[in-house]
Amino acid sequence: MTAPVLTVDGLTVETTEGQRIVDGLSFDLAPGEILGLVGESGSGKTVACRALMRLLPPRAMSITAGTVTLGADELTGLSDAQMRKVRGRRIGMIFQNPTAHLDPVMRIGDQIAEGVRLHEGVSRRAARARAVEALRQVGIPDPEARVDSYAHEFSGGMRQRAMIAVALACDPEVLIADEPTTALDVTVQAQILRLLMELRDRKGLSIILITHDLGVVAQTCDSIAVLYGGRLCERGPKREILGRPAHRYTEGLIRCQPTTAAGTGLLDTIPGQPPTLGDMPEGCRFHPRCPAATALCRATRPGTQPHGPGHVAACHHPATLKEPA
Amino acid sequence: MKRPPLMIADDVSVEFPVQGGVPGFSRRVLRAVNGVTLQVRPGEAVGLVGESGSGKSTLGRALLGLEPVTNGAVSFDGTRVSGGTRAALDRLRRETAMVFQDPYGALNPRLTAAQAVAEVLEVHRKVPRSEVAARVSELLELVGLRPEHGTRRPASLSGGQCQRVGIARALAVEPRLIVADECVAALDVSIQGQIINLFMELREQLDLSLIFIAHDLAIVRRLCDRVAVMYLGRIVEEGPTEQVFTDPRHPYTAALIRAIPEIDPDRPLPATPLDGDPPSPMRLPPGCAFHPRCPHARSECRGDPPPAERTEPGRRWSCILGPGTVAPLTTKQPETDREETP
Repeated sequence: MTAPVLTVDGLTVETTEGQRIVDGLSFDLAPGEILGLVGESGSGKTVACRALMRLLPPRAMSITAGTVTLGADELTGLSDAQMRKVRGRRIGMIFQNPTAHLDPVMRIGDQIAEGVRLHEGVSRRAARARAVEALRQVGIPDPEARVDSYAHEFSGGMRQRAMIAVALACDPEVLIADEPTTALDVTVQAQILRLLMELRDRKGLSIILITHDLGVVAQTCDSIAVLYGGRLCERGPKREILGRPAHRYTEGLIRCQPTTAAGTGLLDTIPGQPPTLGDMPEGCRFHPRCPAATALCRATRPGTQPHGPGHVAACHHPATLKEPA
Repeated sequence: MKRPPLMIADDVSVEFPVQGGVPGFSRRVLRAVNGVTLQVRPGEAVGLVGESGSGKSTLGRALLGLEPVTNGAVSFDGTRVSGGTRAALDRLRRETAMVFQDPYGALNPRLTAAQAVAEVLEVHRKVPRSEVAARVSELLELVGLRPEHGTRRPASLSGGQCQRVGIARALAVEPRLIVADECVAALDVSIQGQIINLFMELREQLDLSLIFIAHDLAIVRRLCDRVAVMYLGRIVEEGPTEQVFTDPRHPYTAALIRAIPEIDPDRPLPATPLDGDPPSPMRLPPGCAFHPRCPHARSECRGDPPPAERTEPGRRWSCILGPGTVAPLTTKQPETDREETP
């Protein structure tokens, strides 16, 4: 068992009003692992990853507990100057909307070279060569010419590739991908997911893939962490989670997917609405929507229990575990 | 047995003028919808699928007279509505409705849910003023909202609840046809199913026709009787949903179905996903618009005119390939992507 690249332990993010957006989140990321962070809007998946990067909006929310360990360094204790050396160099990040995260008046190549020059202090010429190489790696045709293009000259899929090139130019150990394909068409989504998997295979990159799409997770990830209302519901290897979900929320989420397989009846649904920040239920946060909720669930927060190899879940009444077929 | 079609689009094109070029000399147009023919029967749900820029939303709006039709004709219940009389358009507005993608953006933030629904009833004079309140609560109940939701403004409703209000507004018209444009795309997965179920139940209860515009093929497969696949303004394939999904005839349909991520850890990503992006609708390639990305493209695909439509009872597709050439898809077995090369 290799040591994890990144360990998150009990990470808690609170707003200045004391509302917990992320509540005691823990997970490990092994070298070359793709972890899918799954949850609905407001489940805290994006805030958790921004907290890892220490990119929380100042004066609005802050990390109030927990540790984030990258290699030998504990990130939550670093100074801002030390953190700047981590951000972009050891952890890269890509976002949902490449158009909003690329500078419209700066050439693509310069945006890639900027980080390389800043972090590695190489010459302008060497940085440009690195930019061409980075574009080639993400599958942009004719990178020598494209390095001088602007973002608006690229299509949506190419912009997402360019943003990946910016994030990977300094060879980070970890890439955080926040809904990287949500804004893309399905055929282009397949291309970008394949690219991420190739980069993982080629460079041993570890990836945290934030998504709400269980289909994307099933096809690309090695392990899955399911978040609900800022807390971890369940975490484990992909096959365990999708094949033998223990938490009732995960089970419901899998059941309510309109899979492409034939079927004409009504869809299974999870009744009710996800909780909002100002109105988090006591006990297990899923209990108002849970078919198996009891008085225990309403009063007491469930602790995480092991459910199989590498598989933990925070549920008082886990779904009946079926033997794997 | 079959009732006559409720809505007919015959060779409909929609063009938009584009900025740029020399003013007064070159007039550039973007042809968002390009010679589309489509019929919707009473009580039928038709899915319009395609990638962004394929013209599916523009077509939906053109069918409801919200976008002027440049060429071709739209008729509703036997009356021509595109370029038709004011009375025909009024009738179309009274008997059709639209549900939009952004549930918050489609509602007035200052009106409560009940006021928003009442507004529609009053504008269309659906019920006497004294019965508006009763009809509003009936409609809210029909879409699964509790009476107390009626007193709330959009800001204090969730996305799914706002979408239900949007649907209640559409139903207030007592429409025979609803065009739903990506109406679940902005919702959480656990809420999407609730809205889809609502549409399925309403269809049963109200004998409603539905044009369901979506990029999510899995939802279309569940909800729609027939599906039309659009690519760059044209319908490239149309037919009964199950037949199109299990035996796609157009290579684009096949690629689209193959690219849907399914929750099956044993079904990997396609080894060779479709290359490239859809081209800009302003610079349409000659011939079949799909040929630059098509693994089957031959020389005759590259020249004008585009390939003739092939038909079979209930189905049609625009491709030089005959039935059985594009490999049938199985949903459960691991993909060997080599199947598709001829």
